Amino acid sequence: MASTVVIDKAAPTRTVRYGSMSRDRTWALRWSYFFLTLFAIFSLVPPLYMMITSLKTSAEISAATNPWWVFHPTLSNYVELLTSNQFLTFFRNSALVSIFVVTITMLISVPAAFALARMRFWGSATLATGVFLTYLIPETLLFLPLFKMFVVFSDFTGIQLINRWYVLLIVYPTLTVPFCTWIMIGYFASIPKELDEAAIIDGASWFQTLTRIFIPVALPGIIAATIFAFTVSWAQFLYPLVFTTSTDQLVMPVGIVTSLIKGDVFAWGQIMTGALLGAAPPLIIYAFLMDYYIAGLTAGATKG
Amino acid sequence: MADVTLRKVVKRYDEVEAVRGIDLDIADHEFVVLVGPSGCGKSTTLRMIAGLEDITDGDIMIGGDVVNDVPPKDRDIAMVFQNYALYPHMTVAENMSFGLRLKRYPKAEIKTRVDEAARMLDIVELVDRKPKQLSGGQRQRVAMGRAIVRHPKVFLFDEPLSNLDAKLRVQMRIEIKKVHQKVRTTTVYVTHDQVEAMTLADRVVVMNHGRIEQIGTPNELYHKPATRFVAGFIGSPAMNFMRCWLEDVAGKLHVRLSDRISFPLPPARAARYQSVGRDEKLLLGLRPEHITEASAHPEPGHEEFETVLDVIEPMGMETLVYFTLEGAQICGKVNPNVNAQAEKPLRLAVDLNNMHLLNEASGAVI
Repeated sequence: MASTVVIDKAAPTRTVRYGSMSRDRTWALRWSYFFLTLFAIFSLVPPLYMMITSLKTSAEISAATNPWWVFHPTLSNYVELLTSNQFLTFFRNSALVSIFVVTITMLISVPAAFALARMRFWGSATLATGVFLTYLIPETLLFLPLFKMFVVFSDFTGIQLINRWYVLLIVYPTLTVPFCTWIMIGYFASIPKELDEAAIIDGASWFQTLTRIFIPVALPGIIAATIFAFTVSWAQFLYPLVFTTSTDQLVMPVGIVTSLIKGDVFAWGQIMTGALLGAAPPLIIYAFLMDYYIAGLTAGATKG
Repeated sequence: MADVTLRKVVKRYDEVEAVRGIDLDIADHEFVVLVGPSGCGKSTTLRMIAGLEDITDGDIMIGGDVVNDVPPKDRDIAMVFQNYALYPHMTVAENMSFGLRLKRYPKAEIKTRVDEAARMLDIVELVDRKPKQLSGGQRQRVAMGRAIVRHPKVFLFDEPLSNLDAKLRVQMRIEIKKVHQKVRTTTVYVTHDQVEAMTLADRVVVMNHGRIEQIGTPNELYHKPATRFVAGFIGSPAMNFMRCWLEDVAGKLHVRLSDRISFPLPPARAARYQSVGRDEKLLLGLRPEHITEASAHPEPGHEEFETVLDVIEPMGMETLVYFTLEGAQICGKVNPNVNAQAEKPLRLAVDLNNMHLLNEASGAVI
């Protein structure tokens, strides 16, 4: 038996005839560049088209000229939008909702993730999975029951929630908290156990371990979660469409669509301008936090 | 400064008993090393003293107080971890002072203590660096510094040198010994490395399968092991064990290893083993340094025999020779000037004054 093993082992080592590592690598790189370029074009053309359209007058948009070129560039769409009270109200509502939602989400999901990742208590593993499962329930399934709940709530208490922008502060966290908790559990779990043991022996309470050790060390993860929560609340469309109706309560995505589409008249130039301006804040946040997002702060905690 | 006492301490995880009833008394200022193979329960024992693991049964006392249900922060202990566990976002000074800052010590006091510890560990110029800018040895010094500044009752070390390379390990071993000689804090140190255990400890606790096999000074363990496990674990290369039995030849007690080889026992040993049954299955334990080259003038108790060597390992100050005796591989140590060659015969002598006789079934040293 021993001899057959030796023969089996010897056979493959003799037949090395495929190209070297570096040639394999070169081809892998070429393919990845090809697909990356393809993907970049695919995702960058729509915003480019939006920008081109936003620089045109309504007349030029409807004219049968080359749609990829601006013959009479104008900033009138931008000026009109930025001087209209409506748009600024939408922007303010969006900003308020997003900032509050991000704050609420972080205040809930960071301690929740810490508890689920570190304080082993009865049912903590099941609860962690349960948190993630709630994220899988689509909002299209939830909005009717939620609406009904708010109606019943206001029937009983007299507190009106429907058609108030702050109702979104209750609704959005149902989307953001489960996901942020889930990714924070992952980040916290990657912190070596000895780090909190050292802190506990140094005399830190659970709360101090969280604030003095875990939050600074898991900062990249917290920033990733913050970006996620911000993006979700900034871009959410269905919930604000359902729960808010008055113009002064609308957030931007819904506001642009409801105020700039009048019947079958589409103000394309302003719609595109509004969408572009709406995409700016997440872009700026990504640009500033990208380094943090990527950097690993755990380096040097343990041997490595 | 305090003594540490363990009374019938048990740790059970569901079905598995990791620690099976340990009794241990550690005196004030003492340096005690828990040593044993992986899974022997030594780390669990240390973590129970630290309070990081609950104890299933028994009592742990620090400074006379039962601390079974006292949280780690109130036990006044400091711990050094195998992977250092430094806080990556803090500088060396901040790492060292974290515990003191949590306890709201005055700033001046913190600074004095950090400076003192940094000087003791020779890391004064590193205090403003982050852990990732330090080498493994420097990180381990910082981890020790973090323990020292607290002025705790007890130091706990959990395999602190296992992540370092061999040369640095020897150096840090000496550092740890120096620190202990200066601060004299009661220390419990866990390692799987018997050399570390022997060199550092006032007393060594050898553990196996969740039980204490033997407690003693390094010399006691080396010269008077209580069990086969301790005899084989302490000392490098390990002690040789050869199957044997006792017999009387012409009124003198002999130990017979094979049909071919039988040695008369020196008088002191003969008297000690007189009562052992002649048909009992025994093991002869001999350390490599007690199997040497034959000399022209054999000392009393030295018995000679000839064997063919399998392998030789020249170490410089001595040469290790390996040969087979009744199917067992035996290691001896000879003078490098002796012309020992592999696959050639050599005349060797065994020093029976330093022999150990063990019961093969129970592993107990007779």
